[in-house]
Amino acid sequence: MFIEKKTLTFSQAQSRSIIGGDRMNEYFHSVTLDEEKCKGCTNCIKRCPTEAIRVRKGKARIIAERCIDCGECIRVCPYRAKKAITDPLEIIKNYKYKVAIPAPTIYGQFRAARSTNHLLTAFKLLGFDHVYEVAKAAEIVSNATRELMKKNNFRKPLISSACPAVVRLIQVRFPSLIDNILKLESPMELAARIVKDELVKNENMRIEDIGVFFITPCAAKVTSIKAPYESEKSCVDGAISIKDIYLKLLNALGEVKEEAEEQLVKSGFEGIRWASSGGESLALGTDNFLAVDGIHNVISILEELENDKLKDVDFIETLACQGGCLGGALTVENLYVAKTRIKKFIDMAKKNSVEDNSANIYEYDLLWTRNVEHKPIMQLDDDFEVAMQKLETLRTISEDLPGLDCGACGAPNCKALAEDIVRGNANETDCVFKLREKVRALTIQMMEIESMMPPVLDKDDKNSDKTDKKDKY
Amino acid sequence: MGLSNSIIRQNYIIPADDFSLAGEASSSVKKMLNQLGVPPKTVKRVSIAMYEAEINAVIHAGGGTADVAIDKEKVLITINDEGPGIPDVELAMKEGFSTAPDSVREMGFGAGMGLPNIKRYADKLDIKTEVGKGTRVQITVLL
Repeated sequence: MFIEKKTLTFSQAQSRSIIGGDRMNEYFHSVTLDEEKCKGCTNCIKRCPTEAIRVRKGKARIIAERCIDCGECIRVCPYRAKKAITDPLEIIKNYKYKVAIPAPTIYGQFRAARSTNHLLTAFKLLGFDHVYEVAKAAEIVSNATRELMKKNNFRKPLISSACPAVVRLIQVRFPSLIDNILKLESPMELAARIVKDELVKNENMRIEDIGVFFITPCAAKVTSIKAPYESEKSCVDGAISIKDIYLKLLNALGEVKEEAEEQLVKSGFEGIRWASSGGESLALGTDNFLAVDGIHNVISILEELENDKLKDVDFIETLACQGGCLGGALTVENLYVAKTRIKKFIDMAKKNSVEDNSANIYEYDLLWTRNVEHKPIMQLDDDFEVAMQKLETLRTISEDLPGLDCGACGAPNCKALAEDIVRGNANETDCVFKLREKVRALTIQMMEIESMMPPVLDKDDKNSDKTDKKDKY
Repeated sequence: MGLSNSIIRQNYIIPADDFSLAGEASSSVKKMLNQLGVPPKTVKRVSIAMYEAEINAVIHAGGGTADVAIDKEKVLITINDEGPGIPDVELAMKEGFSTAPDSVREMGFGAGMGLPNIKRYADKLDIKTEVGKGTRVQITVLL
């Protein structure tokens, strides 16, 4: 079968600036490539859980339709060539009233933080007018999840939607599990809504004057803000990475005196605990849960679910990063150190529980306003018969490839190369072993031809001469 | 392309007593169906039915073979084994009935849901079995 060679449809996001950019682009990605740093090695292509990266012209290219923004490539790149596009701190100047909504992960990042109030007050020194903990909103989401589970009319087990990378993974690789996703707003979205509603109602502010910024541990959340799947538009106005403001925040912590700490804490320990794997589950008041972290572990569990196993479990918490959000690719502190640090904040919150009934005041409808769709990435062709032919060709090509999965062709493994070939995005000779075979066959053929001489030019009349000549090779 | 190309065939060997490998055949079929663009719900039915049959062959029959044929209309899965056979098929089809040993049950298998699950997800289920000789389970899922 002759297959026309096409160029891959690579991420368009690379060349686009995200600030004030095209929010509605369904293939926007925070994870991008730093062209200059990329050496075109095979580290990221091999670890990508959706086989979304190919090396072309010496650079790793992300296939936008496949990327789920899990950040695994950022973590594994030895040259730091994979990065997440986030907003710079300066973006807050675009708004009159600036609000930070830090992810619970923030509590595990600083040894210097005396208390939650100390940490939250430090944000004020960075130019924010107000701070509202996403951990507080997480507790409201936990309440809503508990209510939902009481009703018992859900598809078991419920799969947490806390990690957007996992939701996108389900969209592309586990479509039959879409109905199991917990379709409640994320703590980040809810925090932004609460803050804006409060300021509009209580302070008579204009909503367009308020800028709410998520302090993010990961790339997946940035994508959720720029291209949300659960609603038309995110309530959050920007995402600033923890590592980008780490140093400024550290300095600010040093400047905030104990007596200057403001009473900003609203969250209890259950909200803070969301930062670690298992935290969301523990808040549900049931032992019948399973918490899995690390994208490859998540895939194993989702595969079991697809095979109808784990029916006896009520809730599955799935986080793409090892250890949960504390292990996010945009955090600074080592995961295990962060786990110990955050424990201090959890214990403090257990002791000084804050009287805050805002959870009861806001009667928010947390259900998603739109559903996530299946985004097939595996399908070889829209036409079933053509897909059958392509599958047959794919199997023939696959059998013929060496099966070493070396990655030198730019695809993560031989099977992926075979797929690329039938899709028209690669050639069989992209395989160095195939190429060598071809060169060898051609060389042998050339030698054979070389030894042949047209009779009129053949000056040596003895046949024995000819054999001699052949023997030389 | 001729008619022969309209059927995709794939054969698998189901290894004996190896739970870690059980399910590989159904995973591979699942991947093929996804590549063909078969709707997710149908893919799920095929892969669960086949997975259960595969596990049955591992637990009860010391392995066997799985032959899969896919065409435009259907997926036909034939699992053959040379195990002990099923003395009472009707009883085996009842939910919760199981002859799996405790060691297997401890691993979370053998809950007596295998055959009933296959029946639930298949459009057609045909079981031919002879005590002492073996069993052939044929599963059809329409596309």
